[in-house]
Amino acid sequence: MRYLPHTEEDIQEMLQVVGASDLDALFSSIPDDCRRKEAMNLPDPLTEWELNGHMDCMAASMGAPPFYKVFMGAGSYHHYIPEISRQLLLRSEFFTAYTPYQPEISQGTLQTIYEYQTLVTRLLGMDVANASMYDGASGLAEAMLMTIRATRRKKVAVSRAVHPMYRQVVETYFAPTGFEVVELPVGADGRTDLSGLADLGELAGVALQSPNFFGCIEDLEAAGKTIHADKKTLFVAAFSEPLAYGLLKSPGTCGADIACGEGQSFGIPQSFGGPGLGMFAAKQKYVRTMPGRLIGKTTDRDGKTGFVLTLATREQHIRREKATSNICSNQGLCATAATMYMAALGGTGIRELSRLNRDRAEYLKASLAKAGYASPFSAPTFNEFVVRFPKGFADTWKALLEKKIVAGLHLGPYYPELSDCWLMCVTETISKTVIDALVKEVAK
Amino acid sequence: MKEKMGTTGLIFNEPLLWEKGSPGRKGLSLPRRDVDETPLDDALVGDGPDFPDLSELDVVRHFTKLSQWNFGVDSGMYPLGSCTMKYNPKTNERQASIPGFAGAHPLLPESLSQGALELMVDLQGYLGEITGLPAVTVQPAAGSQGELTGMLIFAAYHKQKGRARTKVLIPDTAHGTNPASAALCGFTSVGVKSGPDGVLLPESVAELMDEDTAGIMITNPNTLGLFEDNIRQVADIVHQKGGLVYGDGANMNAAMGIVNFADIGVDVMHLNLHKTMSTPHGGGGPGAGPVCVTPELEPFLPVPRVVKDGDTYRLDEDYPLSVGKVHAFYGNFGILLRAYSYILSVGKYLKAVSQYAVLNANYIKERLKGTYHLPYDRPCMHECVFTDKHQQEHHVATLDIAKRLMDHGFHPPTIYFPLVVSGAIMIEPTESESKETLDQFIDAMKQIAQEAIDCPDCLHESPQFPKVRRLDETAAARNPCLKG
Repeated sequence: MRYLPHTEEDIQEMLQVVGASDLDALFSSIPDDCRRKEAMNLPDPLTEWELNGHMDCMAASMGAPPFYKVFMGAGSYHHYIPEISRQLLLRSEFFTAYTPYQPEISQGTLQTIYEYQTLVTRLLGMDVANASMYDGASGLAEAMLMTIRATRRKKVAVSRAVHPMYRQVVETYFAPTGFEVVELPVGADGRTDLSGLADLGELAGVALQSPNFFGCIEDLEAAGKTIHADKKTLFVAAFSEPLAYGLLKSPGTCGADIACGEGQSFGIPQSFGGPGLGMFAAKQKYVRTMPGRLIGKTTDRDGKTGFVLTLATREQHIRREKATSNICSNQGLCATAATMYMAALGGTGIRELSRLNRDRAEYLKASLAKAGYASPFSAPTFNEFVVRFPKGFADTWKALLEKKIVAGLHLGPYYPELSDCWLMCVTETISKTVIDALVKEVAK
Repeated sequence: MKEKMGTTGLIFNEPLLWEKGSPGRKGLSLPRRDVDETPLDDALVGDGPDFPDLSELDVVRHFTKLSQWNFGVDSGMYPLGSCTMKYNPKTNERQASIPGFAGAHPLLPESLSQGALELMVDLQGYLGEITGLPAVTVQPAAGSQGELTGMLIFAAYHKQKGRARTKVLIPDTAHGTNPASAALCGFTSVGVKSGPDGVLLPESVAELMDEDTAGIMITNPNTLGLFEDNIRQVADIVHQKGGLVYGDGANMNAAMGIVNFADIGVDVMHLNLHKTMSTPHGGGGPGAGPVCVTPELEPFLPVPRVVKDGDTYRLDEDYPLSVGKVHAFYGNFGILLRAYSYILSVGKYLKAVSQYAVLNANYIKERLKGTYHLPYDRPCMHECVFTDKHQQEHHVATLDIAKRLMDHGFHPPTIYFPLVVSGAIMIEPTESESKETLDQFIDAMKQIAQEAIDCPDCLHESPQFPKVRRLDETAAARNPCLKG
């Protein structure tokens, strides 16, 4: 086995030093009734070449680009990933290192994450960002728990237009705590209806997603004012498509106390849903109640600038049960990928790419409307939108799979009231030609 | 090689990203604009983020230089205890980048995602076989989320039995995240002191276990690198009072093919695929923390379950007792895929992996035990714990020893953990290291011990070779500067 360097001679020499007669004797401290008697039922190892064949064969059954045209977003977006970020990520000094516990030989990771934190605060208009969470969903759950810690209140409200799977994760995290999660309704325009907010009593936090699950851009500025009518309540702005903030007003500008969401769009492959990147940022005054790792700037003994893990007293390995969360690492490599991606895009690039995403999606929206398929919602959208299709579209949708087109996500399973609606997504990877082809097929 | 491995080289300085570049530069190939611009309400439009504009080569050089300031497993031996810094096979990356997997949308219809579902079902099967706990979810995104899932299962199980319980027992030799995971689920954690041999005593558990206690979280082998040899008795005590036993599988690299965790009374166990199954640590993640349980607890696992139905694979949401979802989709599939590649590449030799990991740790323990103080002198599993007791006489501490190791070209072990040992030096060599490398490491440790006698200040002033020297962590925490 090529991963194991031990020769028979090595083993014998080492056993002698250890004073064990054979490999089994190494486990003498395990009582006999705790030893596994049966062998593990595992296959013979594959050679590298057999493994390649096996994996290629399994992957061939997947309906992924470039062979399939996938008009689906819903929290996982197909964006181009530049070759530089793929290759730089494989720099194994990044790749095979762990949490930077020893800063002197981890400055690469540390400076990168410091840059990540900085770029995330600039993207979201926030004061401070952590080194990342697992994904958008658990990030939102942690944000809602953070509002409880910050306010000592017991109830939070989450919009029904927040990604349904994110809401499920929030419910999972809240289930054993005794704290309550209430749902805010969606208005006729596809945005969250906050008119009943005042009747909900004392809320620790209120979460909206923008663009929301229907692709609609929430009026975060107005929402912030409504939510902050109760000065204690924290405004949580979630997102699943961070690229939108190349174009839209940032959550921070709109008064958000916490901004959190999924960063997969920034140079991270979709990989059937994970790993993603939980981006998480807050206002300065909440820094000590914020979960997750933080990197800070400092100097070494010679006065040279360097970076270290900091404010670790919030963390579980120091305060154990009093920690702000149980998270003990971050999505280091995904945060590194996002940093490379944001660096490659730049301020000019992100604006252009963001616009192109919206414009191509608008083009599909307009083309479908022209063909008679309108959106039930009037609110402006970014690179996703909802379309209502006539009866029988489910069959068309299935038939299109044969033509290697995935024509959006059926909303019925998530929103029974929208059972005749599909959520469509267009990014920069889908050209006008491909859009035209879809419209032609749908309108047949 | 006789010379010390650590040496100086040409190390570049590199500014922060935003100190580079010039407005208008681009590092990314943007697709052609083929549609008209559509206006958007001014009230919604922002200024866009203030990102620096860099060329492609600017970006490449920046991150190449930064990477050179890092130490990874590919650079050298990385004996970070409890973290299992084994070799991350390159072929795993090749498999993860196959377009069918890397580009797959998680909400594709089942007919277009059979390969990914099959992979997860197969992986669940292998992990069930390796742990002995046959019902498996691969959804948790990291070890700590696996622990959280385990605690959610504890809570859901007792709720279904009709009586919520409020406490969880956690030994002082368990992993650091355990109490926080229990606290997140509303449990009060109750500490259990380990006995004089560094393992749990059944009587200590019996004294604390009652019918308000949901169960116990045990790390086995524990963080001292010792096998909890009273585990069966401990499990019986907990089970008799209606509690459950959680096994923190972070140290599974010692036990593959050696212990069947169901047989020793464990009900729920998480694995860290980035440790045992060779997926990259990535500077701190992403990991994956699958949870394996007994058939009795299967109904509580997160949804959707990934199941095989005849010849096809599908997602099943129909588990009314499930704790719910812990990840937006199905977990860190890209990591699961790498672990699967590793298991297929190593196959039945996984037992040898554990044997060699334990052999390597015991070899280091034997060869260093005269030089460094060994608080628990008994056979260890995959890691061994020393202290700085002998070196303290010369005013040299664990931290100094760790920093000096860098100059020798090694990543330091885990230090000051576990907390039960003062000045702990926790060494986990993993099976990846050859005897020559172990010998070099042992020589370096011995040289450092000699230096502690001859020139303590040489150690206080270390490290000398890395990009920066010891950093002022107090100043960093007092006046946090978290962005530029």
